[in-house]
Amino acid sequence: MVENRPFNNLLPHLILWIGIAIVAFPVYLAFVGSTHEPTIISNGQMPLTPGGHFFENYYRTIFIGTSGTTREPVYTMLLNSFVMAMVIACGKIFISILSAYAIVYFKFPLRMSAFWIIFITLMLPVEVRIYPTYKIAADLNLLDTYAGLTLPLVASATATLLFRQFFMTVPDELVEASRIDGAGPFRFFFDTLLPLSRTNMAALFVILFIYGWNQYLWPLLITTRDDMQTIVIGIKKMIVTSDALTEWQLVMATAMLAMLPPVLVVIGMQRLFVRGLVETEK
Amino acid sequence: MAEVTLKDVRKVYAGGVEAVKGVSFDVPDGHFCVMVGPSGCGKSTLLRMIAGVETITSGEVRIGERAVNDVEPSERDIAMVFQNYALYPHMRVYDNMAYGLRNRKTPKDEIETRVREAARILEIEQLLDRKPRQLSGGQRQRVAMGRAIVRRPKAFLFDEPLSNLDAKLRISTRVEIKKLQKALGTTSIYVTHDQLEAMTLADMLVVMNGGKVDQIGAPLEVYQKPATTFVATFIGAPAMNLLTMSGAEPALLLGNAGIPAEGAIIGIRPEDLELAAAGTKPSDAITLPLTVSAVERVGPESFVYGTLDRGDHIIVRVPGTHAPAPGERAIALANRANLHVFSADGQRRL
Repeated sequence: MVENRPFNNLLPHLILWIGIAIVAFPVYLAFVGSTHEPTIISNGQMPLTPGGHFFENYYRTIFIGTSGTTREPVYTMLLNSFVMAMVIACGKIFISILSAYAIVYFKFPLRMSAFWIIFITLMLPVEVRIYPTYKIAADLNLLDTYAGLTLPLVASATATLLFRQFFMTVPDELVEASRIDGAGPFRFFFDTLLPLSRTNMAALFVILFIYGWNQYLWPLLITTRDDMQTIVIGIKKMIVTSDALTEWQLVMATAMLAMLPPVLVVIGMQRLFVRGLVETEK
Repeated sequence: MAEVTLKDVRKVYAGGVEAVKGVSFDVPDGHFCVMVGPSGCGKSTLLRMIAGVETITSGEVRIGERAVNDVEPSERDIAMVFQNYALYPHMRVYDNMAYGLRNRKTPKDEIETRVREAARILEIEQLLDRKPRQLSGGQRQRVAMGRAIVRRPKAFLFDEPLSNLDAKLRISTRVEIKKLQKALGTTSIYVTHDQLEAMTLADMLVVMNGGKVDQIGAPLEVYQKPATTFVATFIGAPAMNLLTMSGAEPALLLGNAGIPAEGAIIGIRPEDLELAAAGTKPSDAITLPLTVSAVERVGPESFVYGTLDRGDHIIVRVPGTHAPAPGERAIALANRANLHVFSADGQRRL
């Protein structure tokens, strides 16, 4: 059903272009805003073409910070966000692949109970258990630490379920062949299961990295020092609501920078995704 | 090199299902043993218990001098070829074959020599750098064989290794497996549901039915003297014709004093029957008048399906393509010497 009829392709393309414009225009506007002098934006005359202060504005954003508010340069925020997203993504994958391995391949008492308890935690995201989680983090002196920022978000039922489903599609004969070939549980895990899960891990990493990067409520609670805040919170703090002047060009530059790492992760991992989709053989 | 001995081996699953109901037999050193039976007869379970990937409920499995009931599969010194080959999809062919040796800490150059040698025997040298997904079914099968022979185990275990191949390839691979086994002289146990495969490969045939062994013997011996009606119909194609006769009927037919009064089952292989035109009166043979219902011509021979006057359905093999048309009357002739007589319950040969 691949017919080349130019007119019929016109409407779908039109709709696609409109969709792209709706999504991309605000991003473009933010980029334009980040390249102008503060006075131009404050005047209320938002230009639609990039200005000439790109390097100046980004340099200030990354290394110096806003003069009025947090005074924290954005690179520390970027670093905090990056550490948080990486630890959450890697930690979640690490813990869930191990727990899924235990649940699928080992027979131990209360195995199914363990599975269902993990399953039930799906209903308890951070937002629901925020007070007790905060209390525990505070009691353990985890406020304003990377551990406090990441650990409460690491345990993950979704990823465990995903790996469990994947492991169940791996043929039993592969386990048996490994046993006959003299591979114990550790060797089977590292030599066979892990390489086979590579594409699943990549997919999960992308999703979880963005999840970690976009965290707002939990970092807001757990961090009080400016040098521990993440970029998502940093943007909010830069926008002054009192009578001081918001340095919009820096806010826009920060927003652009905040967008960059998730985009890079998606682009970088996309190749693994596609390869994973093409090579579907266990 | 070793003999494999099973002593009253049983398998009861957690749900109480008894898959293997006490099986005992010996596979002498270097012999090719084929376990054959319909699906669900417990043959694969039995093989997996010998391999060690299934626990043994009771009884004893010995490989060589050693009882291996509680020995890990990797320590049993066996190699297994699986139905779906179970190649490691992310490893090259070379690594697939080398993996078991590496786990045993075999020196690197020794691994290299053994893998190359196995690849040469199986003619897969040019495939060593490929991944399993880049191979055809037949090539994967060879790699699975290669993975088994590099180990130089005491016994090979085959779990229906040919059932994923197309018919033509199955026959040529069958011949190669047989040649390879003879050349290596390794004790082998082979599971299949295909009676032709079983007949052609086996030195020793084990016919299983419902978790029990019905008969053990050389293939021709099993074919010529089946111990039960199950074996009689399972081995040989098309299946043996069975005629249930009650009372004095079989004794009258056969003139044999040894037949019990309550009746018997008479078995005649389609290839032991001859077809004659209706009305012929032969001197010695038993005559079974029939009406032809269908004819299958396969080239060198034809199979005539008929209904006996007493109601039984019967198949007669005739050479060539000359056969009566459906609806015609004919007579099937059987030599008395070729009849198989079973007890009325089919469990005993008389």
